Amino acid sequence: MHEMNLAEGVRNIVEDQARLHGFARVSVLRLEIGRFAGVERSALEFAFDVVMRGSPAEGARLEMIELPGRGLCYDCAAIVEIDGRLDPCPLCGGERVIPDGGDEMRIKDMEVM
Amino acid sequence: MCTVCGCSELVMADGRVMSHDEAHGLGLAHSHGPAPALVALPFPHVQAAHQTLPANGTDHHHYGNGSAGVSVPGMSQTRLIEVETSILAKNDGFAASNRRLLEALGVLALNLVSSPGSGKTTLLCRTIEALGNVPLAVIEGDQQTSADADRIRATGARAIQINTGKGCHLDAQMVGHAIDSLRPQPASFLFIENVGNLVCPAAFDLGEAAKVAILSVTEGEDKPLKYPDMFTAARLAILNKLDLAPHCDANLELYEANLRRVNPKIEILRLSARTGEGMAEWLAWLRARLQGMAR
Repeated sequence: MHEMNLAEGVRNIVEDQARLHGFARVSVLRLEIGRFAGVERSALEFAFDVVMRGSPAEGARLEMIELPGRGLCYDCAAIVEIDGRLDPCPLCGGERVIPDGGDEMRIKDMEVM
Repeated sequence: MCTVCGCSELVMADGRVMSHDEAHGLGLAHSHGPAPALVALPFPHVQAAHQTLPANGTDHHHYGNGSAGVSVPGMSQTRLIEVETSILAKNDGFAASNRRLLEALGVLALNLVSSPGSGKTTLLCRTIEALGNVPLAVIEGDQQTSADADRIRATGARAIQINTGKGCHLDAQMVGHAIDSLRPQPASFLFIENVGNLVCPAAFDLGEAAKVAILSVTEGEDKPLKYPDMFTAARLAILNKLDLAPHCDANLELYEANLRRVNPKIEILRLSARTGEGMAEWLAWLRARLQGMAR
């Protein structure tokens, strides 16, 4: 999608947190990325390395935790876990499942020094 | 097991045995390992938080083995900071303030999204002409040129062009600045024509009341399935260039079925900006939404 932009968002948050908590370096940064967030892992890894240069997170290890896709089935009204946006409901087989989660992209935590 | 550091249930902290989560919750220094062994260690400094506890055995306290290579009293060498912040938090903050301002003014802001060439600008020009003297303003987003804002201004409407340069979408801060310059009138329309792109604009909230996706019948019935994010985020889809449908064997029912497949709630209008077919329904939709803002 626009992983460069997302990496810049991460950098903003890292710099804010560095001011707030007074740390100099981030060693590990953990992101939670929903299955439907439209984030390309390898593109974000590349952008992360480039964008973090000169920031406290330069050289930090990036860990991405994938969160499952969730959807609301319009046929049986259940909230179900789905792998793909267009997957049918695993409970009733209905095809009208609207994503209701899995689009998260957030920084979970970071290990800092 | 403790969800913060992964050690076993009971720990010694503040001179008593408590659950590990409780120790973390109270921010107390505590030791790790099997709880019974800890009861024999009533010395708070030995039972410091695990990050600072020297790990070379009880008779050799070696500080400075952490990744920083130094020890600062009262400060651990590696800390875990829980952030839990959305990467798009900044954008979402700007979007929320745009939305507050627009709602206070009773301005109906619509974010028009589509692939390039779906007919967004032509539809907007026809819409502005048809709305007559209803107050409105337009924000045009493109990577380059002010061609679209020029076309809008030719209709007599106020327009601001945002050139995103290399950017693939408008963001809420850009739109906030444009709103400041445009100063939309109370109870007016604000049309935001996003950069032609079926991917990125879906993720960026601008503070609009709704996204309207424009899909022209020349693009292919499978587009909603190929780019589901955008059509899932949209409240209304306009099937545009209806006059061309017979020339490109467009299956309108399949277009609609695919739209509903990715978004069962989506409203759909068939329209041709060129012939004016469907314009009356679109204008009625717009007026109804604008009235809804006033309530």
